[in-house]
Amino acid sequence: MALDVRLLTEPFNPGLFIGPFTQAHPGLGGVCTFVGEVRGDSGVEALELSHYEPLTLPGMRALAETAATRFDLIGLLLLHRVGVMRPGEPIVCVSAAARHRRGAIDAVDFAMDHLKSDSWFWKRELRGGIWQWIEPRADDYAERARWL
Amino acid sequence: MGARLVFLGRLGDLANGAELAVTPGPLEAILAELPTELVMALLDERVRIALNGELLAERGGIVLGEGDELAFLPPVSGG
Repeated sequence: MALDVRLLTEPFNPGLFIGPFTQAHPGLGGVCTFVGEVRGDSGVEALELSHYEPLTLPGMRALAETAATRFDLIGLLLLHRVGVMRPGEPIVCVSAAARHRRGAIDAVDFAMDHLKSDSWFWKRELRGGIWQWIEPRADDYAERARWL
Repeated sequence: MGARLVFLGRLGDLANGAELAVTPGPLEAILAELPTELVMALLDERVRIALNGELLAERGGIVLGEGDELAFLPPVSGG
């Protein structure tokens, strides 16, 4: 079972990671991939994600291990950007390989809900030339609670 | 060498920087030297604390030694 967990500091092309990831697991039953991009709505000019080195990547690795065990995965790719991003740039990519589709789909959903609600990232947005910190959303916690 | 405080998210704005070099000693004494507004924000119960990369369950009785790094982590705001 292969876990590939990374923090990326530069813009990335999800396909360049997803291709080799799926090819590394020939004969797998199914792959599910989610790519999140920075939304360009409501005047957001840029988004910045900061992290805390000693906690963020280890936390993502723990999340990947939990998901891999829970959904009996063959492999899991977990990529997350940090730094300044512009609308349209990929910010997160999760790809899960499993013997059956349900495991792959649920693993991606599970990983995304946990990345959004309890991974060590802090986000701020640039609107009208002013940076503003984003507060946690109640919805994010509600979505994570689905997995309890 | 001293010790270091690290401020994540909006706490970095309040502290005018992501890091602050401090003299080792009890956290209470270190905080006493900082601006009140920053200290109030740091003591918010939703702010978690990590000493040298390990989350602390309790914030009482923290004493920083040489080379220690104490991070203040406000509620995360998603990826």
